Amino acid sequence: MSDRRPVITATDVSKRFVAHGRKATQLKERFVQSAKGKSSGATEFWALEHVNVVVGEGETVGLIGPNGAGKSTLLKILAGILRPTTGHVDVQGRIASLLELGAGFNGELTGRENVYLNAALLGLARKEVDRLFDSILDFSEQGPRIDDPVKHYSSGEYVKLAFAIAVHVDPDILLVDEVLAVGDEAFARKCLAKISEFQQAGKTILFVTHALHLVEQLCTRGIVVDHGKVQYDGDPAFAVGTLRKILGTDRPVGAPAEPESLGGMVVVDAVASTSPGGAPAARVDPGQSLHVRVEVEVQAGVGMVEGEVHVVVMGAGDIPVLVLRTPPDQRVPAVPGRFTVDLELAEMPPLVGAFILGVSVIDPASERPITARRFDQTFWVLDGPRGALLHLPTTARVLT
Amino acid sequence: MASSAVSHAGDRAALARSRAAAQSRIRWELLSQLIRKDLKVKYQGSAIGFAWSLANPLIQMAIYYVIFTQVFKNGIPDYAVYLMAGLLPFTCFSQGVSGASGSVVGSAGLVKKVSFPRLVLPLSAVGFAAVQFLLQFTLLLAIVLLTTPGKFGFQTLLLVPAFALLLAFTTSLGVLVSALNVRWRDTSHFVEIAMLVWFWANPILYPAWQVKDTLDQHGAFWAYFLNPMATVVSTFERAVYQDAYYTDRLGQRRLILVDPGYLYYFRNLAIGFVITGLLLLLARTVFNRLQADFAEEL
Repeated sequence: MSDRRPVITATDVSKRFVAHGRKATQLKERFVQSAKGKSSGATEFWALEHVNVVVGEGETVGLIGPNGAGKSTLLKILAGILRPTTGHVDVQGRIASLLELGAGFNGELTGRENVYLNAALLGLARKEVDRLFDSILDFSEQGPRIDDPVKHYSSGEYVKLAFAIAVHVDPDILLVDEVLAVGDEAFARKCLAKISEFQQAGKTILFVTHALHLVEQLCTRGIVVDHGKVQYDGDPAFAVGTLRKILGTDRPVGAPAEPESLGGMVVVDAVASTSPGGAPAARVDPGQSLHVRVEVEVQAGVGMVEGEVHVVVMGAGDIPVLVLRTPPDQRVPAVPGRFTVDLELAEMPPLVGAFILGVSVIDPASERPITARRFDQTFWVLDGPRGALLHLPTTARVLT
Repeated sequence: MASSAVSHAGDRAALARSRAAAQSRIRWELLSQLIRKDLKVKYQGSAIGFAWSLANPLIQMAIYYVIFTQVFKNGIPDYAVYLMAGLLPFTCFSQGVSGASGSVVGSAGLVKKVSFPRLVLPLSAVGFAAVQFLLQFTLLLAIVLLTTPGKFGFQTLLLVPAFALLLAFTTSLGVLVSALNVRWRDTSHFVEIAMLVWFWANPILYPAWQVKDTLDQHGAFWAYFLNPMATVVSTFERAVYQDAYYTDRLGQRRLILVDPGYLYYFRNLAIGFVITGLLLLLARTVFNRLQADFAEEL
């Protein structure tokens, strides 16, 4: 998976939870339960099954999956909080885990006292905290409120302080569980900046999130977990596509699982390739032509005269980048049957990133979309520097 | 070039390993932070703060003093000093063990969300009790020293091994019950009741001869000191209480202390340390076995 030095190695990790109807923590209940036989009222549940993950130094891994898929359990096992039922975990380096922000905070203590306590929990000596304190205070934006008891803090302030501590303990590995979403936008940006700073310093980051655009933006790798198993491990854009397929969000909101249409036209398939009717492309270079073959089925009793096919090339976060559309003389006729439409973009612009297709059929008379569908096939244009959508040559001159 | 890059990578790996190890070690840093937190949280917002920790043993001592000198007239001279010598260490023990028994369960939020050496939880509970004890004892010792300076001599040095045994035994039992209480919540209730009974198994209120005479008839007085707390209490008494004998109401000359000499105490301390050592081994084994599932059980 990676030729880098592995810092986290999880080998065949499985985790079983035993859920009692009510947990038997009292001696009497234990006796009663063991007398009835162990299985009474207890249901076994495998949160993780045979998970193998090797994370190399400097990787930024997005751990994604539906709710209850086992992501947080995996993170807790990697953090050493839960013990795997079978398999084992090897971690090299100092871990800072933000599984719940402010988990180590005591409401009665002031922010300042909590900084010292929390940092000690994360493995810092008092002297080190003394040295870092101003920087932590600055990052957390608390100012004089640092000497108020944290029970008076808002949840946003809590998060800011906790995140400030976690990033200042100089961890080698940062584990984050869905917590960055709490702060305001300015703070969220600061966190993202801190994360890219970490990436540049060669630190390893693993985070669980439901913000899929973050995975595409930040991660070098995406792992999809569902039903306790790793479903996909690799390119973040593909990981996001895989998860959307699992979640059913690869279709527009409200669209049914089976393609259906208002006007009797349905998009059956769409393939992007570099030649007319060619194999699905994983890569389309700038300057190359893009060919999209769309299969449209026209049902009996179609309620319109003709259909215009739109193919939208979408980037990270489903941003529409390009639209390919059929000209007025090449529309799909209202004749029941199956039609193949070839669309061509003569020259791919120098886009940066991974892209997917969204295909819709429009009724030209009313300009209303009749049917729309997303496709998972992901292709790269330029695997270049992230953060911009277009890669254009620039010239510059330094003037004295 | 290449070789330096390799050694650099090796350095990083070594650094990462040592850091991982440092994170799982018990650090005094963390322990003292937790004890400080407990003290702060407990006495924050109260007007006289730490003085409250003195109020409890003082009131207890006053009650026992009145009952045993005025109502029962036991005739022990300087009974307050005798009381203090046994009552304070036992209070430290019972508070330390009770505190430790609830320490892991009470920090459920922390245990479930943060990775840190769990052993610091019972240790900080014991440390909290020990800090309170040291402050109480120092203050009361100072008062006694000022009012009756004649009570002190070389035997006062016995305080050192006695305190060491108190701390070691409280820690061992505390660690054991803290882990057991996660699995069986009955443990902390049991500990509370056990402490009430245990209190009377030590010569705190009564002079040792009262049990010695009875047990000696069966040749069983040795069993009394299988309880390391009886050793702790009697050694503390030997250390700060000068009069070995008194005359009771019937005019009989009675031994107040367990033994008027010193050797006897060293023998008991040795027994106490051996028992504590065995208990510590057991506690460590149990704690290590159970701690991996703490986050799940809570």
